[in-house]
Amino acid sequence: MMKLIAAWLMLLLAAPAALAIEAEYGFDDPAMNERYRTLLREIRCPKCLNTSIADSDAPIAADLRREVYQKMAEGYSDDEIIDFLVSRYGEFVVYRPPLKPSTFVLWGGPIALLAIGGFAFVRILRDRAQRPLDEDSIT
Amino acid sequence: MIPELGHFSLILACCLALAQAALPLAGARVGNRHWMALARSAAAGQFVFCAIAFSALAYAFLTNDFSVRFVALHSNTALPTFYKFAAVWGGHEGSLLFWTTVLAAWTLGVSVAGRDQPLEFSSRVIGVLGLVSAGVLLFTLLTSNPFDRLPSVPLDGNDLNPLLQDPAMVLHPPMLYIGYVGMAVPFAFAVTALLTGRLDRDWARWSRPWVSGPWIFLTLGIALGSWWAYYELGWGGWWFWDPVENSSFMPWLTATALMHSLAVTEKRGLFKSWTILLAIIAFSLSFLGTFLTRSGILISVHAFASDPARGLFILGLLLLISGGALVLYAMRAKDLTADGGFTLLSRDALLLANNILLSAAAGAILLGTLYPLFADALGFGQISVGPPWFNIAFLLTMLPLSALLGVGMHAAWRKTPPTLLRNKLKWPAVFAVVVGLVAPWIFFGTATVLSTIGIVVGLWVVATSLVDPVTRAFRRGGTSAPLTRATWGMCMAHLGVGLFILGATVTSAFDVELDRGVRPGDVWEAGGYEFTFRGVRRVEGPNFDADEGEFEVRRNGELVTVLRPQQRVYRVQQNPMTEAAIDSALHRDVFIALGQSLGDGAWSVRVRVKPLISFLWLGALVMAIGGLVAVTDKRYRLQPAERVERVPDLAPGAVRAQPAEGR
Amino acid sequence: MWRYVIPVIVVAVLGVFLYRGLYLNPGYIPSPLVGKPAPEFSLPDLEDPSRQVGSKDYEGQVALLNVWATWCPPCRQEHPFLVQLAKSGVVPIYGLNWNDDRAAALEWLETLGDPYVATAYDPQGDVAVDWGVYGAPETFLIGRDGRVLHKHTSALTPEIWQRDFLPKIAEECGSLPCPLVEGE
Repeated sequence: MMKLIAAWLMLLLAAPAALAIEAEYGFDDPAMNERYRTLLREIRCPKCLNTSIADSDAPIAADLRREVYQKMAEGYSDDEIIDFLVSRYGEFVVYRPPLKPSTFVLWGGPIALLAIGGFAFVRILRDRAQRPLDEDSIT
Repeated sequence: MIPELGHFSLILACCLALAQAALPLAGARVGNRHWMALARSAAAGQFVFCAIAFSALAYAFLTNDFSVRFVALHSNTALPTFYKFAAVWGGHEGSLLFWTTVLAAWTLGVSVAGRDQPLEFSSRVIGVLGLVSAGVLLFTLLTSNPFDRLPSVPLDGNDLNPLLQDPAMVLHPPMLYIGYVGMAVPFAFAVTALLTGRLDRDWARWSRPWVSGPWIFLTLGIALGSWWAYYELGWGGWWFWDPVENSSFMPWLTATALMHSLAVTEKRGLFKSWTILLAIIAFSLSFLGTFLTRSGILISVHAFASDPARGLFILGLLLLISGGALVLYAMRAKDLTADGGFTLLSRDALLLANNILLSAAAGAILLGTLYPLFADALGFGQISVGPPWFNIAFLLTMLPLSALLGVGMHAAWRKTPPTLLRNKLKWPAVFAVVVGLVAPWIFFGTATVLSTIGIVVGLWVVATSLVDPVTRAFRRGGTSAPLTRATWGMCMAHLGVGLFILGATVTSAFDVELDRGVRPGDVWEAGGYEFTFRGVRRVEGPNFDADEGEFEVRRNGELVTVLRPQQRVYRVQQNPMTEAAIDSALHRDVFIALGQSLGDGAWSVRVRVKPLISFLWLGALVMAIGGLVAVTDKRYRLQPAERVERVPDLAPGAVRAQPAEGR
Repeated sequence: MWRYVIPVIVVAVLGVFLYRGLYLNPGYIPSPLVGKPAPEFSLPDLEDPSRQVGSKDYEGQVALLNVWATWCPPCRQEHPFLVQLAKSGVVPIYGLNWNDDRAAALEWLETLGDPYVATAYDPQGDVAVDWGVYGAPETFLIGRDGRVLHKHTSALTPEIWQRDFLPKIAEECGSLPCPLVEGE
């Protein structure tokens, strides 16, 4: 009887260890896993030389991966998880800069460049369409 | 002794560079032909002494001379010989020496190839290159001397960073440097055009090979770096929008725009100031890259050890070179305008759009790379700008460009009849849309809006690139002339772009990433493959010890391959390093890397299945080959008759070489 | 035409920023917790697992929380100074042992001295994440109302203590050592 109890106890004690290996590295559900991996790539490893927590072996990266995993498992949304990390590590820790007055130039920049380019294109084209087509310029 | 010889050679090279800069430029100004003629010999001499200095440093590495500080920091007796040589460019000082040697080599090349150019022209080009050489040599000698000795000689060296002990990593810097540094030549051509106030078809024809040449090396260099990061860093990523990566990509984008702008200048004499500006900016971005990687101003895995004093010197050089050229541009460029019209549906207009979009892309990347710096300097705190932002910004400019690419290849100069375009582009468009919409569902069972757009665009570029070669192949005995090398080159290069777009889209959208802890005997499924973990054993390498895992990979029950990733520890510096195991095929890569030991034979592993990722490197290779084919077009090689008739002046109306038909 | 002048202007502006950038420190990340209430926590004591150590222990006091681990060389470097600081009794020091092995940590304190009033054992790093810890060592200065007054990353030295911590403590307390709050 005691042996049986001992055996069950051993099994019970071993089980969490077995689970510990499987858990916290990824989700079994492919959609959740995909969301997890995408989220990991949005978060910067605070101590590394410009890598996301998905791409780093640093202890803090592993800790943060685990943190994100646990929060996702608890049902937090992506935004909530990001807010959680930003409130503790600052905006430095996310790779997608927030949209606020100090980043208007950043987010607006590419669009502005395209707009300026578009204007320039239209202006130059209007000018060139007026000119004689068979003229070539040789100095 | 030898290091001192190297040091002395470097000093001589610097003196020659100064002479190479001062005398020809002064001579061209006042008309002294003696001084102008000195350019060639000075350039040759500078190259010789740079080469001697480089050889001296290589010799110090190969003979384990640890009394030289640079060697002691980057080498070790146990380091394989091949890597001892590569270690020359494995650190700041040595790579700078390599930089100057490459510049001297390019200068020599320009000097030799320009034998038949007018002296006023070639002397200025070599003179400008001499200015750059002199600046960098002074920087090397005054702040980054690779030949510095240590007061006491260590018994053994520090060893080369294990990340650099890899064939691709050995090739990647040289390719990149040859490309980067090569952009100094178009820069010199542009400044010369501003100085002389003349920019004609000859100028355009002379410059083109010197843009395409470096461009080929840049393409290969960037691709090598990306490929290396993929298989060496062990995470399956291939582009991170890291500041140093961006530093090489911005010159590439600008150089691509320059290549295309030059085509218009050569053909129709238009876009002259664009071309000049792009040439100046391309090299300025190259130099900016040199600054960013060596000043410690941005955080990056790639950055060399930082030092504000060095940073200040390079910044000064950068502002002098770039600012000086742009002041000249501000003063002289308005005199370069030209007549000549074109309509919306013309190659001219599409290449204008090409110029604009590529410049916008480069500008956007510059903004994103430097924004953390701006924010910090302006007191907005520390923010990070990473892949999420860059991907959006880049796609915004690149998707329209890729769509226009297909049209641009087939548009005629000045004005294209719409029916011509419609006939040529009808089938590629249908093919791209139909296959693009259907294929993802067939192969992956799913699709997103973005991935579909990417695939359609990629197929469109591939199809439009193949229109000309395919129709020629099927039309026997037609009246149209055979395709020139330039056209073949263009088709190939654009085909490469299409392949790249397909690879990037599919691998980003449909890759499978799985991290898990496994025990020997575990079996699991990912990306359509079945993996079995057989366990880990210890192995020994030449200068490292490793844990090697064994994984069987099966598909539909049949064994595809056995993968053996390693977790290495290099003995000297005790650095750990992950060596991923990759099974590569054209249609996918299967990738496994070991994580950490979890005790009891269990390990954490990273499994990746990456569809079409080879198209990335294949696309880049095809692009480079296309460039090579185009640059060997016969019109860039001077015909014997022209050599005799060459007039020593850029006088209008002088004998001109006729461009080959077709372009 | 002034559009030809734009490139030079852009380069000049860039040059100014790049020059400024040479003297900034891109690796320095300020903590968003400064000025905010310090996170509450309760963890097993390193020495006696049946006891709990946490933010309640220093409630109402000015205190230091030092994050350390045995695998961290700079922690080793700052340790003698911490021991000295503890002896001077200016401010109580609490320890947070991060991602570490209990036995090794205990031996470390045994051999090198124990400057801590109590050390919390955080092997998983959950509490550390709450504090925004990303490397060891890190030292937090907590005020009497429980706000974080200052965070220092990297080893604590006498110079840094003088320059960054003492002024803030003096400001908070008015005199040194800090008088205890009533009811403590």
